[in-house]
Amino acid sequence: MSFKNFRWFHWAAPQTFYPVAGRLWRPFAVLAVVLAAVALYMGFFVAPTDFQQGEGYRIIFVHVPASWMSMVIYLAMAFWAFLGFTFNTRLSGMMTQALAPTGALFTFLSLWTGALWGKPMWGAWWVWDARLTSELILFFLYMGYIALTSAIEDPRRADKAGGLLALVGAVNVPIIYFSVKWWNTLHQGASVSVTKGSSMAQTMLWAMLLMALAFWAYTIAIALYRVRSIILERERHTGWAQEVTT
Amino acid sequence: MNAFVALVQRDVRLALRRKSEVLTALFFFVVVATLFPLGIGPEPAVLRKIAPGILWVGALLASLLSLGRLFSADFQDGSLEQMALSTTPLPVLVAAKVLAHWLLSGLPLALLAPVLALQFGLEPGAMAVLVLSLLVGTPLLSLIGAVGAALTLGVRGGEVLLSLLVLPLYIPTLIFGSGAVEAQMSGVAYAAHVSLLGAMLVLAAFFGPWMCSAALRVALE
Amino acid sequence: MIWASWSDFWAMGGYGQYVWGSYAVVALGLMLEVRSAVQRQRRAIALIHDQQEDSDL
Repeated sequence: MSFKNFRWFHWAAPQTFYPVAGRLWRPFAVLAVVLAAVALYMGFFVAPTDFQQGEGYRIIFVHVPASWMSMVIYLAMAFWAFLGFTFNTRLSGMMTQALAPTGALFTFLSLWTGALWGKPMWGAWWVWDARLTSELILFFLYMGYIALTSAIEDPRRADKAGGLLALVGAVNVPIIYFSVKWWNTLHQGASVSVTKGSSMAQTMLWAMLLMALAFWAYTIAIALYRVRSIILERERHTGWAQEVTT
Repeated sequence: MNAFVALVQRDVRLALRRKSEVLTALFFFVVVATLFPLGIGPEPAVLRKIAPGILWVGALLASLLSLGRLFSADFQDGSLEQMALSTTPLPVLVAAKVLAHWLLSGLPLALLAPVLALQFGLEPGAMAVLVLSLLVGTPLLSLIGAVGAALTLGVRGGEVLLSLLVLPLYIPTLIFGSGAVEAQMSGVAYAAHVSLLGAMLVLAAFFGPWMCSAALRVALE
Repeated sequence: MIWASWSDFWAMGGYGQYVWGSYAVVALGLMLEVRSAVQRQRRAIALIHDQQEDSDL
């Protein structure tokens, strides 16, 4: 084992990572707040009125970033799961579990804001558009992961089973998206694309991107914060845990 | 190869001793297919239109019924551990069990489908494509479902959890399977749908047993 | 400034309930998540303290 590998495994020990996560989450939280503030300012006070959709389009400044995050987080979960299986590190499984609730939340928010955007624009609370439908299926995948990991009592087994599920899910997501798109184009009459629309002004794109970055920083912050709880829960019988919580 | 064939034979023989379980899933398929016209109304045009989707969903649900039992009996009596320790690679043994599962659930479903298709007024051409799509698609359901069964092995509330895990993963199979029949009914080519199902089946046949063994080893730890 | 007045801002060209309905739920969701995470951390620490007391006895 090279020196480089050795140092990595050192950081991957829950005991070592606990204080690191403790120092890292605050800067990311601050970053999230700052980015969100700028994004909101741009979205509401700089970006112009949309020619086709009026002011209602401003929902995209949270809808699209939430959708992106829901997908990015799932990929991150699969990535950590893959790392966990390759290197057999305990922390990887904990990170996957730490990310899941946030991913599920963003998926839900994407669906909710999507519905509130769709209703005034296309007259229905729900349209079977390829992206919304895929998002709904992604929500089911998150729920499945959370249900499975909650049902298994042994934490290591929960991590591993959940990790496998996340990997299987990640491989399936493109297949699911492709099949839903196919299905959607076949039944064109019933659906309207939520994502079709006028090309966006620069400021609109910027506001969206900044909010996406804000959500990303938020996710990192809360995942680091949450993994600390997971570490404490699992290591509660050890001496170091007792020391660190006095 | 010997171990593979032997395991398929053993599973099929064991299941046939308790025929009721195999037949229950088939009757479930029949009952579900009958519920929809009762819930929607007997208009032939409507029924014909919804038939592919309904029959495919029925097949999905019936397939799920027997998945819970795929590994549980062997898990409880210790033979699963034996399989994990044997010289034959575990994915091969898993593939054997999945094949047996399909022979006992998917294949009968596919063969029974034309009878139900009659209730929905499908033409012979559509019936043929329905059977074809089910023959290619139900092995997929068994392969994907096996991974779910392995992940939930011995878990509290495993059966319902299994459905929640596996149904989203079934969606592409559902879309292409029923899509093939709908394509035939609209006079459009259905070869693309069936080819896609076939491609997915090949992928699942390679990766499914492997993922499944990984999940089984996790459960056996 | 795009908005002629604050009331215009809140009205969002007639789409107010949809826009603010979205942002409110996003804010609420994030706040609930943060609160739940903080509570979880508190519970984890409390659990360790309880254990320590039990072993001290």
